[in-house]
Amino acid sequence: MSGTFVGMPAFPKAAHEAVRNTTLRDNLRHATHTIRDKRARAVAELEDWERLREAGRRIKDHTLRHLDRYLVQLEESVTAAGGTVHWAADADEANRIVTRLVAETGESEVVKVKSMATQEIGLNEALEAAGMRAYETDLAELIVQLGHDRPSHILVPAIHRNRGEIRDIFRAQMGSWGRPAPDGLSDTPAELAEAARLHLREKFLRAKVGVSGANFMVAQTGTLVVVESEGNGRMCLTLPETLISVVGIEKIVPRWQDLEVFLQTLPRSSTAERMNPYTSMWTGTADTDGPRTFHLVLLDNGRTDALADEVGRQALRCIRCSACLNVCPVYERAGGHAYGSVYPGPIGAILSPQLRGTASEIDASLPYASSLCGACYEVCPVAIDIPEVLVHLRERVVQGGEVTRNGVKVRLRPARGHAAERAAMRATRWAFTHPGVLAGGQRLASRTRRFHPRSAPGPGRAWTATRDLPRVPAEPFRDWWRRTDGGKAGTGKGGAK
Amino acid sequence: MSGRDVVLGRVRRALGGPSAPPTTYDTDIDRGYLREHGERTVAQTVELLAENLADYRAVVHRCTHTDDELGLLVMRLLAERGARTVLVPPALPAHWLSSAGPTRVHDQAVSTARQLDRVDSVVTGCAVAIAETGTIVLDGSADQGRRRITLVPDHHICVVRVPDQVVSSVPQALSRLDPTRPLTWISGPSATSDIELDRVEGVHGPRTLEVVLVSEG
Ligand code: SF4
Repeated sequence: MSGTFVGMPAFPKAAHEAVRNTTLRDNLRHATHTIRDKRARAVAELEDWERLREAGRRIKDHTLRHLDRYLVQLEESVTAAGGTVHWAADADEANRIVTRLVAETGESEVVKVKSMATQEIGLNEALEAAGMRAYETDLAELIVQLGHDRPSHILVPAIHRNRGEIRDIFRAQMGSWGRPAPDGLSDTPAELAEAARLHLREKFLRAKVGVSGANFMVAQTGTLVVVESEGNGRMCLTLPETLISVVGIEKIVPRWQDLEVFLQTLPRSSTAERMNPYTSMWTGTADTDGPRTFHLVLLDNGRTDALADEVGRQALRCIRCSACLNVCPVYERAGGHAYGSVYPGPIGAILSPQLRGTASEIDASLPYASSLCGACYEVCPVAIDIPEVLVHLRERVVQGGEVTRNGVKVRLRPARGHAAERAAMRATRWAFTHPGVLAGGQRLASRTRRFHPRSAPGPGRAWTATRDLPRVPAEPFRDWWRRTDGGKAGTGKGGAK
Repeated sequence: MSGRDVVLGRVRRALGGPSAPPTTYDTDIDRGYLREHGERTVAQTVELLAENLADYRAVVHRCTHTDDELGLLVMRLLAERGARTVLVPPALPAHWLSSAGPTRVHDQAVSTARQLDRVDSVVTGCAVAIAETGTIVLDGSADQGRRRITLVPDHHICVVRVPDQVVSSVPQALSRLDPTRPLTWISGPSATSDIELDRVEGVHGPRTLEVVLVSEG
């Protein structure tokens, strides 16, 4: 996975910085608490929620087990409907394909709908290097782009910014990207949204090329689905002459009917709505309605490496609802940026190390950025057992072993004595030296006991024993807290530059 | 090797070889969830639709199909809005708009988005409406037009024939829809919660959505 936050400090260091930033922390707490309560109410409206969740899990598992078949079927149906399918093994290849497709239109500007996949591959930067400009059109992405910032949440990428900061960014930056902010812009959300509407409208109306991702692709029909709120998605999917969609290969569902599960679980899990304001579905190209040219770029970029891992592969079920972020005590305190990837929170902690491998400090530390409280699993609409995968990845960091990287089986060396080990230790200490984080962990500690690292076989156990890894079940937190002088012994290093 | 060969090769190696045909689809997937939630009469389903539309800030109106009621209602809504021009899809039933009122603008193949941006309102039908979620779905039929006409103007009036076009649930809606058509699902006016998770209605799509539930006779 390239194009991500190169040179990112490992989790605990970035998390320390975030915790010191009280504005960030307050914004985050307010936002995540609001949304998690709303989600609970939206989910409680459906008495068959658990059945829907189970169906979602099974649809995705079935698809992954036959992924080669469904990819080929999807290619056939998209092609039959007038689209063109491209395949990209990694970020560079995807960026090359998209850059070439844009160049072929003769245009040098594209409008973009928020898409995790294009962030993951660093598409905007690749287009910029080729002299093209990509305009983000989702309000939060616009805030991030204008603020020269990084997204910190899957669904609400500017969740770390409050209204005053947003107004300042709009006032200072809109003018250099197009229509300036209106005079006397205040910090009320309605006025800020209006400013974004005016700023972006001129871009939509003249756009010739749109770039999107997709929430779902239906193999049977070749239909792509984009779920959104603001209408910027509809603009980008409908008005341009050329549409280029970059979509991870795991976004497939087999049949049209399968959407009936996810269109019920996704909106309630993500924005806590019965249904999000707009959902667009398109199948190839239509004669007079919408783009005349449609390209679908199917992206691997580490996904097949995750697929090769029978425990880790469940991360590919993710429908990016962000419910797991909103309930996570670690995310709430550390903030999205600490995860060093476009995928923050619990899902990021299991997805990034699988997509990118655990060679870097940040990726090796991510599986430790959790207190294993299990709240993420409970809210996940496709029942990804995130604690199970975290423990599995910890074992991999500690013990090494066989993994697949870029499609090739390699043997990972144990982390002992390496920078990765130290990063992992610091992340663990960080999670365990923040009482609020741990309180969440202890709440469900007995229920998740089986996930804790002390159950790791042989080498893992040896490592944890000699490395003084704080294990919740082995040593009550209070004892450990006292013994390590409030954890200070462990945190100093993590916070050092 | 092409990107295609590389990716498919990796998928197959990850799965331990090319996968078997997915004949286990039906047994793998447990559809034990409900086809709809709760038991309601037809009238109650329509009522629920109205409630849920309103809950997400669509403005709901009702009328019957008799005595040109619909045409007069639509005309009144356009007048209240101060609309001088109204976009119409290729085949809006004649009696949905009475002859007086705003200038009709037809969506031509050559119309640019900028031209549509100068039109005040748009009136369309819909393909199906979903009571449980307060959603209307457009499928580009002749009474709905191309997707862009319900997107660019700031005011959308959508006519739903009740109870014919109303279903209870998302599963029921999907089974009525044709995936080969471009589909737009609309649940209230556009909205954003990107600023401190405060919901603000009206960003890029029409900021006002009015839904007219018209009952037969
Ligand atoms: S892991 Fe589950 S809860 Fe988290 S974003 Fe993905 S689908 Fe949602």
